[in-house]
Amino acid sequence: MAEVKLTVNGKRVTRHVPDETLLVEFLREELRLTGTHVGCDTSQCGACTVHVDGMAVKSCTMLAASASGSEVTTIEGLANGGLHPMQKAFNDNHGLQCGFCTPGMIMTAVDMVRRYKASGERLDEEAIRHELEGNICRCTGYHNIVKSIQQAAGEM
Amino acid sequence: MDLADIISGDQRLAVVRQPIAHDSAVKHVTGQAAYIDDMREPTGTLHLAPGYAPIAAGRVTALDLEPILKAPGVVAVLTAEDIPGHNDISPKEVGDDPAITPERVNFYGQVLFCVIAETRMEARRAVKLARIATAPSMPVIDVDDALVANTTVLPEYAFVRGDPIVEIPQAPREITGEFRIGGQEHFYLEGQIALAIPGEDGDMYVHSSTQHPTEVQHVVAHALAVHDNAVTVEIRRMGGGFGGKESQATQWAVLAALAARKTGRPCKLRLDRDDDMIMTGKRHDFRVDYNVGIGKDGVIRALDVTLAARCGHSEDLSLGVIDRTMFHADNSYFYPTCRILTRRMRTNTVSNTAFRGFGGPQGMLFAERMMDHIAYVTGKDPLEVRKANFYSGSGRDRTPYGMRVEDNILHELVGELERTSEYWDRRKALAEFNAASPVLKKGLALTPVKFGISFTLIQLNQAGALVHLYRDGSISLNHGGTEMGQGLFIKVAQVVAEEFGVGIDKVKITATSTALVPNTSPTAASSGTDLNAQAALVACRQIKERLFDFIQETWNVGRDRVQFRDDRVIVGNREMKLGELATAAYEARVQLSAAGYYKTPKITWDRAKANGRPFYYFAYGAACSEVTVDTMTGEMRVDRVDIRHDVGKSLNPAIDIGQIEGGFVQGMGWLTGEELVWDSAGRLRTHAPSTYKIPTASDVPADFRVALHESGGNREDSIYRSKAVGEPPLMLAISVFSAITDAIASLKPAVMPRLDAPATPEAIMRAIRATTGGDM
Repeated sequence: MAEVKLTVNGKRVTRHVPDETLLVEFLREELRLTGTHVGCDTSQCGACTVHVDGMAVKSCTMLAASASGSEVTTIEGLANGGLHPMQKAFNDNHGLQCGFCTPGMIMTAVDMVRRYKASGERLDEEAIRHELEGNICRCTGYHNIVKSIQQAAGEM
Repeated sequence: MDLADIISGDQRLAVVRQPIAHDSAVKHVTGQAAYIDDMREPTGTLHLAPGYAPIAAGRVTALDLEPILKAPGVVAVLTAEDIPGHNDISPKEVGDDPAITPERVNFYGQVLFCVIAETRMEARRAVKLARIATAPSMPVIDVDDALVANTTVLPEYAFVRGDPIVEIPQAPREITGEFRIGGQEHFYLEGQIALAIPGEDGDMYVHSSTQHPTEVQHVVAHALAVHDNAVTVEIRRMGGGFGGKESQATQWAVLAALAARKTGRPCKLRLDRDDDMIMTGKRHDFRVDYNVGIGKDGVIRALDVTLAARCGHSEDLSLGVIDRTMFHADNSYFYPTCRILTRRMRTNTVSNTAFRGFGGPQGMLFAERMMDHIAYVTGKDPLEVRKANFYSGSGRDRTPYGMRVEDNILHELVGELERTSEYWDRRKALAEFNAASPVLKKGLALTPVKFGISFTLIQLNQAGALVHLYRDGSISLNHGGTEMGQGLFIKVAQVVAEEFGVGIDKVKITATSTALVPNTSPTAASSGTDLNAQAALVACRQIKERLFDFIQETWNVGRDRVQFRDDRVIVGNREMKLGELATAAYEARVQLSAAGYYKTPKITWDRAKANGRPFYYFAYGAACSEVTVDTMTGEMRVDRVDIRHDVGKSLNPAIDIGQIEGGFVQGMGWLTGEELVWDSAGRLRTHAPSTYKIPTASDVPADFRVALHESGGNREDSIYRSKAVGEPPLMLAISVFSAITDAIASLKPAVMPRLDAPATPEAIMRAIRATTGGDM
């Protein structure tokens, strides 16, 4: 058993879990934060993306124990009440259908916009599409997802 | 209703036709929308993991499960002997598809047993401890194997008109071709899942991620040997379906229910993704052989085509799926004399199943490939060949299955796209580009879609809805359709809100449940809105009829002076809230709940005679795609796509455009990157997205222009004159495949490139080598 201490969405939590517990299992089963989804189980699809110390991470591939000591943000903690500009943009632009990929997609998108803003690089449409290669959406054809990220990038 | 009335009538619509967001959009973006795996599990819930056959064909000679029973957390192991009722999950209950196979193995991945444990991980670890002894036999893996072995799941079936064997040789030119069409994995983001909760008196409550709750109810009841009324199946939303949860969600619900019966505890089964890809069926792959006689003008005189499908080890939905391949083997073209023959091959692979388009895309791909073939060997432009072969007026308007094409808008729709996509200017520019570019070659193609709307199994074209009006004026809506992301729930809610003149926020959308609306059809065949919105409308009108009578009696105001709008009911000179009216009506003992029912009119189908009108109407569309192919590497890029698609008069243009864009990209994946590979032992080697390439954002052209075709609306009396939009757009992606063919054809005049689908870089290189004879 491992002791895992995390700050999740601003709250400190400590749990004793089996060593092999994945971060996504910890979030979903221990903390009941079920907005983070498991799509492919093998870190291909991106539905499980969360932020660990501000960086997008596929939580199905990280052990909860490896994340111990970190600050984790999930889709539930992205906004302080109301909607984050990225959440609003996905809603405004119909950037979702079945919605299963949406939380991971949004977490990736927020990380993407922050990184580009920090580095001063231009986040154009081509860059957005390239950055989204680790997130699969089977419904939308991505067009409205790209539009959503473009809108939010201007507002973040 | 006259079409002009519909258009002028539209001015009064407040909710219908508005681009309202998906009903769960805010919940999706905040992570609050609960899928089955997100629901709080009842105390004591156990978890299942299936153990499957390690051979494709043969027998299990010994199955030692003792080590599993000793493993940590294991509560029990479910085997075929634990099934009190029928051990059969086949949708038509033909007995060819056991939930757990007792001995005989028909494909690699067939369920042999199921571990029940305290946690999912414990169950999955314990599965590996089984000692399985087998006696393998030689498997039949693909269509070619099955054609040699002559193994089928169903008899062959044909549409025949005239005698093509006689007619083809009499035509000025005869063309013969053969090609392969690949299958496709659904890759719904939410994998297969079910949670079964045992109740009193042998009842079972099943949460199943299914497009067909009624079928899950039937099959679970039969497996448990209880009546249908003891089983309730509920689904609020799926994380994608695409046909993969039409018949093939059943097995996991049955296993969960059997385990719940055996242990007396709630049981959940969520398939691991690799297991999901190995153990569930896919789009059928085909071998196509055709022989066509044409005139000097490129117009088809007679055609003989054989489409042989890999159905897998059991029948599943292959009857309907392959029939629809035949219904769309004409796509938009008139075949004066023809034989469209299908063969339904049995193989030792997972049973192939429904997938968006339900066999139609494969038939349509054949038709478009034949058009390209005619064009390249006669030196004509493929678009001219297509237009010359279109269905048109009397004498050229009857399909091979006897239905007249009455609502043909192909000519105007394709004409518009030809203009807006600047087809002919770009055709010229492409020729110049290709002449100057030795390695990179561009291709262009404009292909049409005509897709028949209705279930071809006539009995499925019915639907029910349940609408309650509460005393505070809020409305509860339930119907037999299921939500998988396609926006069905919001569209039906829009129709209900419009009827009562209230905002969409007054309509509570509720989970699909066999206890609320019984005997439902699957949400499939693009029919969800057509059927369920009509049923909901009927339910609303029943309640309104009673309210009209009540208003007449109470205030002596006729219905012509009553309006439901702007969150108000206008009754003559009075105005009141809907809740006030509902309360007054309740106090006067008026029933404020109604069950609506709808069945599609006009449709007929006599399969034995291959004749009738199986479709209420056709949905049309066209796409123009431009690609660049690297002839040294086989890499391909889609540069631009122009789409014009007919949704009649849209109920919700935002939802419809989403279906068009998503359908196109999914179709493009099918025809380009998505390749399923089974090895000679029958093992699927592409069982994860690491080896099976789902389109990502960078595969989609940035220059992607989608327009709804502004027609006068559906000529048939569909819901608000809209048209179904779930499946047809997938087939717009055939334009990409044809454009790739076009790019390769530019290498050598008068030669039809031998390109199989999917057009992966490897397939493109093979086609290039075959076309140039190794000159490049």
